[in-house]
Amino acid sequence: MTTIQKKANNPIAHLSKEQIAELGRELDAIRQEIVDSRGADDAAYIRKVIKTQRYLEMGSRGVLLFSIFPPAWVLGTVGLSVSKILENMEIGHNILHGQWDWMRDPKIHSSTWEWDNVTPSDAWKHSHNEVHHTYTNIVGKDNDLGYGIMRVDEDQKWYPMYIAQPAWNFINACFFQYGIAAYDLELGKNLSRPKEKRPADFDDQVKKVLVKIRKHMTRDYVIHPVLSIPTGSFVPTIAANLVANWARNMWSHSVIMCGHFPEGVETFEREMLDEDETRGDWYIRQMLGSANISGSKLMHIMTGNLSHQIEHHLFPDLPSNRYAEAAVKVKAVFDKYELNYLERPLVPQIYSAWHKVVRLSFPNGWLETTTVKNLPKQVGVLAKMVTGGRKTRRALQRQLDDQARRRAVKVEKAEVVEAA
Amino acid sequence: MTSTMDRPGRLRDRAIRLVEAATTPLLPADYLDLFAPLRSGAELRGRIVGVEPETADAATILIKPGADWAGHQPGQYTRIGIDVDGVRQWRAYSLTHGPRNDGLISITVKAVPDGVVSHHLVHHCPVGSIVHLEQAAGEFVLPDPNGGKFLMVTAGSGVTPVIGMLRNLFPVADSGAVHLERSKGFDIVVVHVAPSEPDSIFLRDLKALDAAGLIQLVARYDDVHGVLDVNALGELVPDLHARTTLACGPAGLLDALTEHHERAGVPLVIEQFRTSRVEPGEGGTLHFAKSEKELVVDGATPILDAAEEAGMLMRSGCRMGLCMGCLIPMTEGTVRDLRNGELTTAIPGESGTVKVQTCIKAAAGPCHFDH
Repeated sequence: MTTIQKKANNPIAHLSKEQIAELGRELDAIRQEIVDSRGADDAAYIRKVIKTQRYLEMGSRGVLLFSIFPPAWVLGTVGLSVSKILENMEIGHNILHGQWDWMRDPKIHSSTWEWDNVTPSDAWKHSHNEVHHTYTNIVGKDNDLGYGIMRVDEDQKWYPMYIAQPAWNFINACFFQYGIAAYDLELGKNLSRPKEKRPADFDDQVKKVLVKIRKHMTRDYVIHPVLSIPTGSFVPTIAANLVANWARNMWSHSVIMCGHFPEGVETFEREMLDEDETRGDWYIRQMLGSANISGSKLMHIMTGNLSHQIEHHLFPDLPSNRYAEAAVKVKAVFDKYELNYLERPLVPQIYSAWHKVVRLSFPNGWLETTTVKNLPKQVGVLAKMVTGGRKTRRALQRQLDDQARRRAVKVEKAEVVEAA
Repeated sequence: MTSTMDRPGRLRDRAIRLVEAATTPLLPADYLDLFAPLRSGAELRGRIVGVEPETADAATILIKPGADWAGHQPGQYTRIGIDVDGVRQWRAYSLTHGPRNDGLISITVKAVPDGVVSHHLVHHCPVGSIVHLEQAAGEFVLPDPNGGKFLMVTAGSGVTPVIGMLRNLFPVADSGAVHLERSKGFDIVVVHVAPSEPDSIFLRDLKALDAAGLIQLVARYDDVHGVLDVNALGELVPDLHARTTLACGPAGLLDALTEHHERAGVPLVIEQFRTSRVEPGEGGTLHFAKSEKELVVDGATPILDAAEEAGMLMRSGCRMGLCMGCLIPMTEGTVRDLRNGELTTAIPGESGTVKVQTCIKAAAGPCHFDH
């Protein structure tokens, strides 16, 4: 992948300004139709999900009081994991998007909701709702492109440290909620700055995260385990909470990777914003910058309907339970304007995202030009690029680019011959 | 148990903190609400236990209030929050019964044209559902519960709080109105004003009380008697000066009454129910500091409507400038009262923060709110 403006086959080149404006109006109409028909059924839906999650959490924690018995441990751990996933995805993420603000219920409102995640709601609403959803997939603007720790686009410069990014990504998945908190704080960037250059509220924000971490840890690893002491279930309960938190982290990381990382998702250059992006342009950026997961209704609920990532990015504040219905109409718009609606089942989508993470951990062109035959030589090149200075890197990169270009020409020729 | 008795407060606080630590980021109440939404200590709520149709478009809604309901006096109102089409709506309704033996409270609602909440309550109100409540409020009560001579002037829906008072004094059983010992000291004249003689449950109530000799009813219909001239009130009620007047109705009537009674030196208690709107002003920007939102609005839209339209969480109540349920602090700016055009201004360092009723105020220039 490379930013859309640099592509030989730009997938939006065939659209005129007027068509893009028309596309914008059509999507606005889809949105308005759902806004106008929001009602008691939708309200009942989110209340039911919240109620289910609360009963599930209470029930699971109740069962875990007896987690010294293996079946109780398994049941409680699965229940708690599901409950934590529901709480983060279908409930927390979507309420914090303001999807349910129209109900005017102060208990289910983006301005009052606090979720079970160590990043405080306010910090997350800024980095996610404002930055990511506005500048979706603009290289250099949207930090969600690799969370500032990974390279997920050819146009991002390669550094030796990226060679370890598959490992990074896995570690990040295991501790995802902490990764997100660090990301919202821009921890790396801010810690490397002198104190006076950090944002004025930086210390405050860090304190808030630490308070949440303390509360979270106290609840999961002290209070509930202590409550299970009478049955001798102290340690099993700690283990259950660890596993549930880990499962929730892995799951949300996977789902989120599927949203913007899979092969085929487009990225954009900053210039797109400079020339007064229209509503239609913005919509197109969301359409081509997101990917969906196909699957059952249960899967959609467990992903917080982020399986409908495309619809979510077009209409981030529509109630999540309506994305499925919007998807049918959105897909028709894709077809009409001959755009690629990127959708795969969960496993291929996760594979695709991971494939990209691995591919881009290498310098551009390295993986493409590597065969079994030239492997030792290629490994040598890579080793030099990792250990060598900037100059060496630049020279070797040129060499790789050349090779890749020659290879591409050869493949093209072969295709022509085959076609003939 | 003696030790807990010594320091019950501190131990209780500690226990609460411990339970909170187990439920974070939610509160213990969020879980308790699943089982006992009406318990003591919960947010004040009520369960609708009955809907009794009064006429084709009016019904009395019986509500079992939560354990912390503090009671009320006849003539007071309560704010009720109810979900209609999934949206929480708050309205203020007069309580139409005095305190009842069964502990229930009731409101009587007439479905008004375009009335989102009133239509829902009268026609689609699901028995068993939970509504949100606020404690009863309002100064419109009988000045002396032991008796006295009163004139009650009502117009339009202004009759509801009066009905609350009268029902409390003179309950009606199957056998007819009940003559209570405690109500003997009351001498009440009701002047009821309406555009025409409508099919009104309250009018029938008033007529029944009149027939039973408990009150004196003077009904005035604009189409029969002409518009009521307040200055001629003395002709309808000869001993006007001997009575305390309680009046509830539209602004025009109440303004005229206030002027007349001041001149005549007659005591008056009023409650305003209808808003008459003046020509809108210029509009402006609304800046909400806590929500970090900025809205551009015209001078005809109440701040409350504009903010709700933008998805903001606002307090609201009667939506007619009566119940003060929608007050928010304005730190700077000018707003116009949509009822009388009056301007209210907050100047930092001078006037300080001013509380603004968002349901009847519109922007008259840029406004800053601490909300």
